[in-house]
Amino acid sequence: MAIELEQQPKPAAVALSRIAVSETHGEDSPYFAGWKAYDENPYDELTNPSGVIQMGLAENQVSFDLLEDFLERHSEAATWGKGATAGFRDNALFQDYHGLKSFRGAMASFMEQIRGGRARFDPDRVVLTAGATAANELLTFILANPGDALLIPTPYYPGFDRDLRWRTGVQIVPIHCHSSNNFQITESALHAAYDDAVSRGLTVRGVLITNPSNPLGATVQRAALEQILDFAVEKNIHLVSDEIYSGSTFSSAEFVSIAEVLESRGSRHVDRERVHIVYSLSKDLGLPGFRVGTIYSYNDAVVTTARRMSSFTLISSQTQHLLACMLSDEEFTANYVKTNRERLRRRYDAIIAGLRRAGIECLRGNAGLFCWMNLGPLLEETTKEGELALWNLIVRDVRLNISPGSSCHCSEPGWFRVCFANMSEATLDVALDRLHRFVDQYRRRTGSSQ
Amino acid sequence: TGSLQNFLNHQKPNPRPQPQSRNLFFPSHPLYFQRTATLSLTPFPLLFSSSTLTLSTYFPLTPSLRSPSPQRVSRDPRRGPMTESPSSEPEPPSPKPRAAAGNGMRLVVPLQGVVQGRGGLILGSLIPCALFYFLQLYLKRHRSPKPPASSSNPPSPSSSSPNLGDLARTSSRSNLLGRGSIVPVRLSSRGMAIAKPNDSPYYVGLDKVAGDPFHRVDNPEGIIQLGLSENTLCFDLIERWMKENLMDSLMGGDGAELSINGMATYQPFDGLMELKVAMADFMSRVMGKGVSFDPSQMVLMAGATPAIEILTFCLADHGNAFLIPTPYYPGFDRDIKFRTGVELIPVHCRSTDNFMLTVTALDQAYNQARKRGLKVRGILFSNPSNPVGNILSRETLYELLDFAQEKNIHIISDEIFAGSLYGTAEEFVSVAEIIEGEEFDKSRVHIIYGLSKDLSLPGFRVGVVYSYNENVLAAAKRLTRFSSISAPTQRLLISMLSDAKFIEEYIETNRKRIRRMYDLFVGGLDQLGIRCAKSSGGLYCWADMSILIALYSEKGELELWDKLLNVGKVNVTPGSACHCIEPGWFRCCFTALAEEDVPLVMERIGKVAEMCKSGH
Repeated sequence: MAIELEQQPKPAAVALSRIAVSETHGEDSPYFAGWKAYDENPYDELTNPSGVIQMGLAENQVSFDLLEDFLERHSEAATWGKGATAGFRDNALFQDYHGLKSFRGAMASFMEQIRGGRARFDPDRVVLTAGATAANELLTFILANPGDALLIPTPYYPGFDRDLRWRTGVQIVPIHCHSSNNFQITESALHAAYDDAVSRGLTVRGVLITNPSNPLGATVQRAALEQILDFAVEKNIHLVSDEIYSGSTFSSAEFVSIAEVLESRGSRHVDRERVHIVYSLSKDLGLPGFRVGTIYSYNDAVVTTARRMSSFTLISSQTQHLLACMLSDEEFTANYVKTNRERLRRRYDAIIAGLRRAGIECLRGNAGLFCWMNLGPLLEETTKEGELALWNLIVRDVRLNISPGSSCHCSEPGWFRVCFANMSEATLDVALDRLHRFVDQYRRRTGSSQ
Repeated sequence: TGSLQNFLNHQKPNPRPQPQSRNLFFPSHPLYFQRTATLSLTPFPLLFSSSTLTLSTYFPLTPSLRSPSPQRVSRDPRRGPMTESPSSEPEPPSPKPRAAAGNGMRLVVPLQGVVQGRGGLILGSLIPCALFYFLQLYLKRHRSPKPPASSSNPPSPSSSSPNLGDLARTSSRSNLLGRGSIVPVRLSSRGMAIAKPNDSPYYVGLDKVAGDPFHRVDNPEGIIQLGLSENTLCFDLIERWMKENLMDSLMGGDGAELSINGMATYQPFDGLMELKVAMADFMSRVMGKGVSFDPSQMVLMAGATPAIEILTFCLADHGNAFLIPTPYYPGFDRDIKFRTGVELIPVHCRSTDNFMLTVTALDQAYNQARKRGLKVRGILFSNPSNPVGNILSRETLYELLDFAQEKNIHIISDEIFAGSLYGTAEEFVSVAEIIEGEEFDKSRVHIIYGLSKDLSLPGFRVGVVYSYNENVLAAAKRLTRFSSISAPTQRLLISMLSDAKFIEEYIETNRKRIRRMYDLFVGGLDQLGIRCAKSSGGLYCWADMSILIALYSEKGELELWDKLLNVGKVNVTPGSACHCIEPGWFRCCFTALAEEDVPLVMERIGKVAEMCKSGH
């Protein structure tokens, strides 16, 4: 990923900023080819059955019927109450960056519900942003100066390279995790990353984790969370826990939020002041088009600052109102969360079984909209180049857009993230079939016997 | 005693106060005040008799004691902070006062040149202490402890916005219990800069209104908001449209299937093409006369605030500068500088030119900036101007473009009020019209637009960057991932903007009604002997109240502002908040007023005018 280079403008052209001409947006990286391939030739069961199947997009479409059903029964949610225009009047003008009180309240209870009531959330600490992307960037603006560093365990969501670094000027230093312990974050890995940053002259401002992990599709163990928090306290740095897949854990009991860890430690100030949670409705509610994210911080100054900064990324009052209605219907949310979890698990089981039939193993997952697939045994050479060569074959010949581990900064070649919730079951079967056939042929051709 | 010293230092009358120190707030805690007050008890009785007169001078000020608790803000949340709104949070908790904030309320003392010239150092420093002591006693006896500012408007038990006062207490308590890192975890310096309280009178005024908003029936003594450029004159039209069309626009029409798929999934971050098409059409109608806008040159984001920030991120590096004619919208200082680190260099315009931008002034500012070693990357102006409401002439626009071409810098034209015109004498010309068919290098021209003003839908958060520069468009599109408009809102607006009959009626009616309010309001001021700058657009007028100020200085202006706010109970925006170089000018927004309230506004301003004339 190229770092900002000053553009050499043609003599007369008016100059742009370094941000405008930087490559940090990542859209020129080789991985973009997969998206392009999909855009140019998208699969459709009827009209384009040989097209590229999009398995690089973590979108949840398995529970749309529930949302549609709700809207059908509650059309007033979208219309500011039955014929009541007073509601509209308040909404159209509403531009307060605190967000609608009803919506913040509903959001806080929804977050509690997802955590099985094991953590409490104060609506007054909920800061609303237009999506988790904005939430993560906003926190980075607040926590770190240009040139400072955040530590992030690998493999991590490729978008972070853009979202956290582009405008903020902040660096990411990887915490290297390995398959030998299922990519869990260890104390020694934390210290190694920290020392690495310091030796490069960087000031480390925080650790950012995704829990459940994107791309691993697995939750972080309580012991690991304790360790990370202790580490943050020891170094006096921040801890950002991105929990946007918390409601997409297949079983509520398997997810431990950093909020629970804080509460179990008696909510000590020394812990609380450095902890910030990012959440969104894009994954768990399958509503990325609504652009709703939140920052939940236990640090007062961060709440204040984030709220002010949210002027740059507010959610339309109409959308807030609609979602407040939806989320405060507890019967609906309870049923939705439960059904959604079951459906995701079914999908997950289906894809794992399908891959196993093809002789492919995955990391044991318990959450998210994707699985972490190990094609290491198929690599001709165990390098990033080897991985990309295989990936190219899969995109070009199998016509599946999946995400190679190297785009996630995985330190071991051969891993791929495969999304399964943004398509129908039939499409998933097609994808699995194609992969199965490809692997069989590939093995025959390369004489591999694994 | 250390803190007393500190307090006294802050109270010291300052004959030539700096603009910043004038609006210094001094966050504290009742215990803290009591401590200082007790210390000052001995001198107090001695001073008491001599200060009866002074007392009355102080009392008008007591309403401006404000609690940093944003509780009050929540009572009228839609008046809350955003593009043009107050920030209502308390100060960033500095560890010390926080630790002391045990169970009482926190008070903030505005020191807006209160004490100046009224008895020197001793009076100036001790009387406020004593007054606070008695105020505290009074409040303790007469009501349960609550911020004095809320006396006219008791806080509702359900606080709806973050009660950070409470939050601060919780964490400070645990601070004492925890094993405690001695150094609190640090924020970034840009974070801390934003956490600081907004001391601009613009935000202070908006905050005050939020705490005590006028309502004809519920709170007739409340403060009337003239500080927020908001337009409610045509709500009835929009309401009617919503009633008739809302379900269809959102759900895809009668009997059609619910189209959740077109809303729920990821949509292009920079806006749906259909909305861009509708928006281009709307802009053409608003800008008038055959200016056409190309949807492919358009990037949509969640409001004009992010639009201008994203554009700034694209055009200038940290430490670079934009030239900006004064007076300018006070929010720019925050919206543009906050995160980008770009500086704004004022180009001073004067009343003798009716605050019109001149190229001479522009050239001067440019050269001065260069001398300071700043790299000037562009000129930013609002047209129609906010806060003056005047319009750039065709000739000036040509000159501006020539200037930009000569210096090889950008032009950013903020045209968010282009559809809110009420003048007939001047014709609005968009910069888009000027560059059409001319020899200008268009790639340096960028327009900001939005629906918050011209369609009076600030809650919907729709802003536009319209650029002729491909690279800017590419970068801005990618940056919208941080500030996208929600898809259901886009769907709704697509229907609304595509309803040509409605839009035509709306634009027409809106102009007429703004015109009517303008005539009423400016006429009313005229009867009070207050003249306004010549203007043609916007939701406000720019009033010259210099005849009412005792001192022809920024200080005099802010004293008048304070009187208007605290005695007259009207919140206007003082020119100094807009970086106006001449004292005595105020922006008054009149489009959120009901017609029948105009006489009351005039009565209140008149009262203050009388006070000023009689030398109070």
